Amino acid sequence: MTKVFRLKDLDCANCAAKMEHCLSKIDAINHVSVNFMTQKMVIDANENEFESVMQEVVKVCKKIEPDCKIVM
Amino acid sequence: MKKKLIRILVALSLFIVIFTVDKVINLNNLFAGDLGFILPLCLYLAVYLLVGYDVVWKAFRNIIHGQVLDENFLMVIATFGAFGLAIFRGVTGQSVDGFDEACAVLLFYQIGEWLQKYATGKSRNSIAHLMDLCPDYANLIQDNKVIKVDPSEVTIGALIVVNPGEKIPLDGVVIEGSSELDTKSLTGESLPRMVKVDDEVLSGCVNLTSQIKVRVTKVFYDSTASKILDLVENAAMKKSKSENFITKFARYYTPIVIVSAVVLALSLGLITGNWGTSLYRSLNFLVVSCPCALVISVPLSFFVSLGVASKMGILIKGSNYIEKLAKTNVFLFDKTGTLTKGNFAITAVEPSGKRDEILHLAAIAEKSSSHPIARAIISAYGRNIEEEYLLTNVAGKGVVATKNKETIYCGNAQLLESYNIEFTPIESIGTIVYVALNQTYVGCIVIQDEIKPESSETLKALSAIPANTVMLTGDNQSVSAKVANDLGMTTYHANLLPEDKVSVIEKYLSTSKNSGSICFVGDGINDAPALTRADIGISMGKIGSDAALEAADIVLVQDHLHGIVTARKLAKRTMHIVHENIVFSILVKVGILTLSAFGFANMWMAIFGDVGVALLAILNAFRVTKKLH
Repeated sequence: MTKVFRLKDLDCANCAAKMEHCLSKIDAINHVSVNFMTQKMVIDANENEFESVMQEVVKVCKKIEPDCKIVM
Repeated sequence: MKKKLIRILVALSLFIVIFTVDKVINLNNLFAGDLGFILPLCLYLAVYLLVGYDVVWKAFRNIIHGQVLDENFLMVIATFGAFGLAIFRGVTGQSVDGFDEACAVLLFYQIGEWLQKYATGKSRNSIAHLMDLCPDYANLIQDNKVIKVDPSEVTIGALIVVNPGEKIPLDGVVIEGSSELDTKSLTGESLPRMVKVDDEVLSGCVNLTSQIKVRVTKVFYDSTASKILDLVENAAMKKSKSENFITKFARYYTPIVIVSAVVLALSLGLITGNWGTSLYRSLNFLVVSCPCALVISVPLSFFVSLGVASKMGILIKGSNYIEKLAKTNVFLFDKTGTLTKGNFAITAVEPSGKRDEILHLAAIAEKSSSHPIARAIISAYGRNIEEEYLLTNVAGKGVVATKNKETIYCGNAQLLESYNIEFTPIESIGTIVYVALNQTYVGCIVIQDEIKPESSETLKALSAIPANTVMLTGDNQSVSAKVANDLGMTTYHANLLPEDKVSVIEKYLSTSKNSGSICFVGDGINDAPALTRADIGISMGKIGSDAALEAADIVLVQDHLHGIVTARKLAKRTMHIVHENIVFSILVKVGILTLSAFGFANMWMAIFGDVGVALLAILNAFRVTKKLH
């Protein structure tokens, strides 16, 4: 299942790249793309695991860019 | 955003005042004694904190999160280090300078950040103008009353009213009234389009002149406006190789620069014993260590390019396609509906003196057929057709119509041969329909698909790239040869079924593996497999055709072939700018690093290496918007 999330206050292009890199290491995620220009994140993960994956995603993002909020 | 700008401007003016005063009267000597450096220190530090307290705070917070290679942190280390060095020199009684530099680093860093934000925001707006497509409400007719509802609540078959000045909220068909529509936000075409009863209207157009009543044919999420929005919004998800290269580069760049900074400080310090100088040089490294210029300028160039393209009615589904389009050297074209209009027209009637009679007879025979050729004959005849003929279809040959003692034969050469009717075969390109009455040959009709007026010019422009242009068609050899020759195409493949098109594309793909990309241009409806298989599928489908929007990588909303040339030019220019930015930024950074290592560059140059380069790269990215010729 693929879901698109809007990212609020994603201020730096390098952080977006870092986020994408760190998120892609999460096993349950098949594919992830963080786009600085559109301020969006696309996550492709198994449907039944999605909620637990998202919790981890939020954690990782918060660590890299604490100001950035994922709009659910 | 505005608050920060004010803060930056205040800090900048304070900095300039302090800096000038310092240079003129030398603040260090204002108060005599060993601690004279404290006054300038306090002044510069105040400006520093005013402009950069948030950076210091972020750096501190990110260390707690374990993000050591964060740019805020690096900036803070570099500037604190510079302050520290200057204080050290002050305490040890050497000549004091460096407060100004330390303060300036953060000041210009903030200015750069602000400008970056401004630039990216600006380019986001250009995409956001597409949001204007989105209607806010629909005037639904319910129980003879008009009520305003959310477009997503309207069902198929419902009737809506669109007043002048309003956006059409959903795709539908006009059932009452006529008006002019502004389709600019959909197609980039500025001429208004006339619509009348039974015409299809697309959501996102603006009704200009008078009220129309529309029967809705698509729910909101299927309608053109939301489809296009979706497409453009997700366009930037498919990243190009250049973007991936640059993020990868950035990932290694920062750690490498930092490690070399440490190595430089230690080795130089140990060798020369001058720890002050070696520390200063390695702090320079930290200032240049942020890869932001690179990381932002490349996606920004692509993003601006996608925005420019969508304004011209060219929807590109990802920056990777811009990259591929710039390298395309083979353009494959579907014929019918792409190079030609796809509507058959009569080009000649032989003998021309008997035109009316021939058309009359043919129209009788073809009356009940829905074949495009039959429709072309009937519309060319344009009068009432006599009824009561007995029509017999002779499969693959034509039609025989009989009434009383009259028999009309209408079909290809084989039909007439099979009835032993003598006729003179015609040598002509196109489909030939022979007509005979009661065993006597009357004449024939030549029917051809018309070549689009812009086809020739477009193909000429593509050949000039230079690129090969190839026509793929299901049509027969002679017609294909004629069209390909008229248009000056490199070659053509005739008699192809849709699946044959795919195998021809595969052949081209395997021969051109590394040398360039293969682009297929089709009308999107029966060409979906070919559009998907080629490196780039460009669909000419008129908007509203779902198959076209989905299968293709680039959609020409305006159904005008010349869009290919425009898109190609834009892609070329975008890639040129992307490469410029990559090479320029890396060269400047490496150059400044080298100069710093040997002590030829001061912190001012390092600031340029960070902020200046980023800004120049961003400005360069905006060159994509320059008008195309």
